[in-house]
Amino acid sequence: MQGTEDKAAHAARQKRLSALASADGRDILALWEKLGIDPACEMVRGPETGLIALRGRIGGGGAPFNFGEATATRATVRLENGAIGHSLTLGRDRLKAKLIAILDALAQDAAMESKIDEMIVRPLQASLAERDSKRRSETAATKVDFFTMVRGDD
Amino acid sequence: MYVAVKGGEAAIRNAHRLLADRRRGDRSVPALTLEQIVEQLALACDRVMAEGSVHDRDLAALAIKQARGDLIEAIFLLRAYRTTLPRFGYSEPVDTAKMQVERRISATYKDLPGGQMLGPTFDYTHRLLDPSLARDETVDEPERRDGDDTPAMRVSDILAEEGLIEADGEVDSEEVGDLTRTPMEFPMARDTRLQALARGDEGFLLALGYSTQRGYARSHPFAGEIRIGEVDVEFHVPELGFAITLGRIRVTECQMVNQFQGSAKAPPQFTRGYGLVFGQSERKAMAMALCDRALRAAELGEDIVAPAQDEEFVISHSDNVQATGFVEHLKLPHYVDFQAELDLVRRMRGEHTRRRDTQDNMPEAAE
Repeated sequence: MQGTEDKAAHAARQKRLSALASADGRDILALWEKLGIDPACEMVRGPETGLIALRGRIGGGGAPFNFGEATATRATVRLENGAIGHSLTLGRDRLKAKLIAILDALAQDAAMESKIDEMIVRPLQASLAERDSKRRSETAATKVDFFTMVRGDD
Repeated sequence: MYVAVKGGEAAIRNAHRLLADRRRGDRSVPALTLEQIVEQLALACDRVMAEGSVHDRDLAALAIKQARGDLIEAIFLLRAYRTTLPRFGYSEPVDTAKMQVERRISATYKDLPGGQMLGPTFDYTHRLLDPSLARDETVDEPERRDGDDTPAMRVSDILAEEGLIEADGEVDSEEVGDLTRTPMEFPMARDTRLQALARGDEGFLLALGYSTQRGYARSHPFAGEIRIGEVDVEFHVPELGFAITLGRIRVTECQMVNQFQGSAKAPPQFTRGYGLVFGQSERKAMAMALCDRALRAAELGEDIVAPAQDEEFVISHSDNVQATGFVEHLKLPHYVDFQAELDLVRRMRGEHTRRRDTQDNMPEAAE
């Protein structure tokens, strides 16, 4: 039983951290300010910037290979209640990394978790989905419709 | 005796100050912002990121600005910067099958599932200079059309159904090669070779790819599929114990399909070359795929007859930071080396003259 609960909690945390990392730092900050809280926290690590080596697969699905690196920033915070939060995101936005780590720590409290998901994570997911759908429709408009020319031999 | 000389500090200082002035140019023209470079010179940023081997648009833009638009200098700056950063680890391999496709074309199948999507391409433009771009004219919003979000099927999977094409490509070693961590060794496994090609100079790879089309290691290529779009970067975070998405990057993928007549090592089938590059870098991805295929000559039992098939030649010379370093170091002071050469040439010349004089004075023995 404990195992399945852990799994669900993991999955929720994974989704939240992924959605936050994929969002623009300015958007996170704007939503964070709407939350209207200012928890005291201690930086355990970072925010620090480093590199992630990026891997692809030969032929798309074969053996992995390194095809470059990307900048990434990570942070770890501890709240007054002892909760530890982590973050890792592409880019060099330190404030974003710090905010994500704080949100990760805060979300370990069930009441805070639903508030964060509702007020920050879901709006970010929605705007990403909207951006994707806009891009998809712009790409779809460049799809080639082939038609066959009928040769006028008669 | 080796004599060290000093000097030139003031000259160097003033030269760099002059460089800063020339970089800024006419002060009555507004300075470029990094946002402008990122947004409006996006493909220059893509090239700098790919060959600088660091994905970070803002840093690429800064490098381009600092290098006055000299892209190889900008690539050099980015490479130098990357050495100052710690390495956090390796990402999970990106899944290009799940790409948010912005362009996807195939030169081998007209009606492939998912269709031909041209995206923001230079293809089919007339390459006529557009005077309207000299002014800041309003640009129309793009046309939109309902699209479906089913992932576009890979062209290689279509051919695989018939068993006419080789698999994606495996490497013998368990460990993934990383030339930023271990010195280059030849022969090189395909994974490490692809890493070198991904950061290799676009012009060099383009020329080599072109040479294979012109008959130097002819490999009958078709652009099976080219796709451009964003992929998620996933990373296993040890503190968390699971992988999370760190964000998205845009990549260009090229699957080159090559006719192959078979050899002692492999049956007749379609073989493949693969290209994967940061950003929208179609030319580079295609050139990379052509070079990848040509460099598989030994693996496929082909005769090595052309430069593009010579692994050591191609990989050792594909890096433009190394190349520019060695070529451009020639302009640094070589006063002492040259003095030694000068003495040597004088001595050789003296001996040459003496030998000629002795020969001239020899009696003509045979007569």
